[in-house]
Amino acid sequence: MFPSDLKQEHFRDYPPLARKFVTANLAALRRLPLSFLPSLLREAIEYDFKFPAERKALEKEIANVNALSPEQFKEWFGGFERIRLSPKLEHFDWINLPGQFVEQLSAHLWTTHQLDAFRNAATDYGNRLHAVAPPEPPAMRRLGITVVGQGANSSEGPLFRKLRPHGAYFTHVNPENGLQQLLGGAAARAQEHPASYGHWYIDGGQEAPCEGALTRVSYQALEPARTALSARLQKEIEKPGMGPETLRTLLAQLRPADLGLDDSEPVLTRFRLKLLTEGSGTQIFSTTFAQWAAREALRRAQPLTLFVRFAPRQRQRPMNELLYGNPASRELDPLGSLVDADMGAYYNWLNQQRLSGAAQASFLVWYEGHGEALIIGPSVPRGTVSNDATDFKALLSWIA
Amino acid sequence: MSSSFSIKAPTQLDKHFLRKSASPLELSQNLSWNRREFLRTAAGVALGSTLVSGRSIARAAVLPNDRKVVVITFGGGARDQETFAPEGQENIPHLMRELIPQSTFFTQVVNRGILGHYVATASLATGVYESVNNFASLPPENPTVFEYFRKDLRRPASDTFVVAPSNGFNRIGESSHRSYGTGLGAQVILPKHLLTAASSGGRDYEHLLRDNYETPLYSPQLSGNEFELRQLEMLLKLSVDEFKKHALTLSSPDELSVYIARQLMRQKAPSLLWITMHDIDIAHAGAYSLYIDGIRRTDRLCAEIWKAIQSEPEYAGKTTLFILPDFGRDSDEDSGGNGFQHHRTGDALSRTTWMMALGPGIREGVVHDRALDSTDLVPTLGAKLGFSTALARGKPIQEVL
Repeated sequence: MFPSDLKQEHFRDYPPLARKFVTANLAALRRLPLSFLPSLLREAIEYDFKFPAERKALEKEIANVNALSPEQFKEWFGGFERIRLSPKLEHFDWINLPGQFVEQLSAHLWTTHQLDAFRNAATDYGNRLHAVAPPEPPAMRRLGITVVGQGANSSEGPLFRKLRPHGAYFTHVNPENGLQQLLGGAAARAQEHPASYGHWYIDGGQEAPCEGALTRVSYQALEPARTALSARLQKEIEKPGMGPETLRTLLAQLRPADLGLDDSEPVLTRFRLKLLTEGSGTQIFSTTFAQWAAREALRRAQPLTLFVRFAPRQRQRPMNELLYGNPASRELDPLGSLVDADMGAYYNWLNQQRLSGAAQASFLVWYEGHGEALIIGPSVPRGTVSNDATDFKALLSWIA
Repeated sequence: MSSSFSIKAPTQLDKHFLRKSASPLELSQNLSWNRREFLRTAAGVALGSTLVSGRSIARAAVLPNDRKVVVITFGGGARDQETFAPEGQENIPHLMRELIPQSTFFTQVVNRGILGHYVATASLATGVYESVNNFASLPPENPTVFEYFRKDLRRPASDTFVVAPSNGFNRIGESSHRSYGTGLGAQVILPKHLLTAASSGGRDYEHLLRDNYETPLYSPQLSGNEFELRQLEMLLKLSVDEFKKHALTLSSPDELSVYIARQLMRQKAPSLLWITMHDIDIAHAGAYSLYIDGIRRTDRLCAEIWKAIQSEPEYAGKTTLFILPDFGRDSDEDSGGNGFQHHRTGDALSRTTWMMALGPGIREGVVHDRALDSTDLVPTLGAKLGFSTALARGKPIQEVL
């Protein structure tokens, strides 16, 4: 089966919005090389569960394919057309299982030493797409807030080392009611500029009380789903013939109901499900969960406001014990978690800066319960240190 | 706008980071140059082409005939920013202060193969980029260095061993190549497998029984040239109780591997010993502090092995030690990855590693910038120990011969 053979009925098993989207653009899909199309379908098949920013991006991408002249098409997709595929890949059910196809394509590219060629083609394509359909500027300046160090009385080394060159480091911030002030700041932005999935609160532990229309994801709230996932995995890996590829396929096929997730808000529920089934370590370490959730929220939803609070993760124990062990015996590792979160804060900033409006975006990171904080913003001098007493109201007014 | 690919187009941020390094080749060269500068300032080493020290010549003159080689893969993949960059050097004090000043150091070893630990280590061991399934229990397709060594020099099985961290490495000692293969490879010792058998999976040892971090839930069924439990006593002169008691004092699988390797050196003194480290790969779980702990532990264990080489009569003064990673990890700047956590993007930084060689005949405190290939190791070992590596693709590294 090749893209040129595509017909409407091939997509009958797609969810309704996804089916509508692909069948409306069938002519464009038929033009695409097989080394490319499943990557697009992998996104399209999830259309019903995509955030607004993702839907818009998909629509623009397919509109661009429609608009390309034959000459332009050759320029844009020549690199993909030169990728040699195996008969096994050509006969794969890439329409209904595009994600699995892409995984197998990845293995094929590695083993046939075509990864660099594919990578070049993909990078070139991305650059072209970015040039003809640049991302829209955000409705307001983006703000990222990350809170680290919950439960850690001290740090092993200086904090925010990777972020300090980019902003101003404060040593005497009044920590009183810091969490409430910062969360309140995020909620106020949500109220000021309402946007669907535009303002997020991710917590690596238990959610703190907060008013306002923030999209919420927390490690604690997903504990029943994590437990259900562990039980399911344990059962699956005991089956004969189970291997990593099969396991990954099974994870990809899980639905919210399989883990007891409430599906009343399908887009967010799928996002939560994917954090657990696609993230590595998110099921085990709360710090990994918080970082990965922030990364995925930024990449996919492109929020205007992202508040992330790291919490202590459990002490490292063997993978198997962690996955199947007794929750009552869990010990926490606040010091190690602070190191994790410090790096996580850097990644949150990096990922935020990959979005549109990066030059105007701001960032604040705070060592919870302590006087150390750092802010980054267009008007904040880089690589500076302030030992003056200050508070969060002042810091937020500087960057928000 | 982002495209539908996980391999993303460079963003403005990426371009800012990479503005001086447009191509993978340039990136590799920049990385190599940075390593050299870090080493020159921190460890006081010199650029290879400009230095021939009197000390190194003197050492070369005493090279004995009964040479031995120990290879350590600095496993799991570590990035420069957590190792050789100024901010990372605190994590590798033993490499920086003890080993590098005694070594010839290569700043640019490029792995052009598949970045999975089993298949990459198999490629290091065959000198050919292997394409076996990283997660299946399959032997390499090309002859391993152990087979070349034994066949060409007519060495017994007891003269070469592999100590490997993961049960998935159980087939690495012997290829499926029809001219080599069965009966010509190295015995593979899987310390965790041994401990599982000795302890029947008791909870006290669980911290050592962790397996493949790339697929933590899956361990392949073992078959092939395994090290049997009954051989614990025969080969290593260890009772099961002794082994179990000592294992309880260790904090990681790599510590267990080094313990076994040292026992092996004492009892069997193999001429070709290959030790694969793996603790660093805990990074796949996403906890940065655990990744750093893994680097620090591996640094310490490398120094311990070098000390053991110098103190064991069978090894002292006649052993060359090679230390090299199988590959690196993804950079923070590649938006297609998630920084230190994985090695999935195939970017230049995750492919460009380093190697150090120490021992008699090796010049000390010298750095070479020229690009080597991961597959150069096997022909180098062949040239060093005097056996042919006919099917290997790389070239002998003249600077250490």
